[in-house]
Amino acid sequence: MDDSLLEHKQGSIDNDVEYTTWDEYYLDGELVHRSAHVTLKKSPFSDLFAASLG
Amino acid sequence: MSNTQSMCTSFLGELLSATHNFSSSNPAHTANTADTFKAALYVTTATINAATTAYSATNEVSGTGYTAGGIAVTNATNPTSTNSSSTAGVGYWTPSGNLVYSTVTLTTAFDTVLIYNSTQSNKAVSVHTFGSQTITAGTFTLTMPSNTTTTALLRLSTT
Repeated sequence: MDDSLLEHKQGSIDNDVEYTTWDEYYLDGELVHRSAHVTLKKSPFSDLFAASLG
Repeated sequence: MSNTQSMCTSFLGELLSATHNFSSSNPAHTANTADTFKAALYVTTATINAATTAYSATNEVSGTGYTAGGIAVTNATNPTSTNSSSTAGVGYWTPSGNLVYSTVTLTTAFDTVLIYNSTQSNKAVSVHTFGSQTITAGTFTLTMPSNTTTTALLRLSTT
């Protein structure tokens, strides 16, 4: 396939929980490839864990 | 010097290693052998949360290249613990490798991964959410956070 026929789109999300990027390739307007890469920065729930003695 | 009431930080790490057992109905463990953990993806309409007790195929993603139950979690680093003060500390663990779902097509949007113990009747461990995704003939990668007291994937802490 001639790669020049593909339209490439990229995007990202960056917040306290994740940094995510994605790549999309379209051929004649049709999505033919989409990959995503999510980096978990932190598990928000785990900060809620606390232990105590009676 | 003085004494200070506290839960021992080493205990937190040892909880993650099944060193202590207060129950008379616990499952058997093999010494010096970690259980096998897996990671399953769930669609955005699923209800996976703190009340989830075990892996279920209900509302799990499906599609080309994805096997029900998800993928194995790489676990080459034992849990550990670190004191933060005389009264507090953190036990923590993070998978030693990223979660990579290669060459998949997942057209129904998903936003959750469930970590569960496939050695122990698929019992649930933790739920992690992220922005909604779909994958088309591509790879979905979940990069694990740094394995530190403040960012590890699993942390048990005293304050």
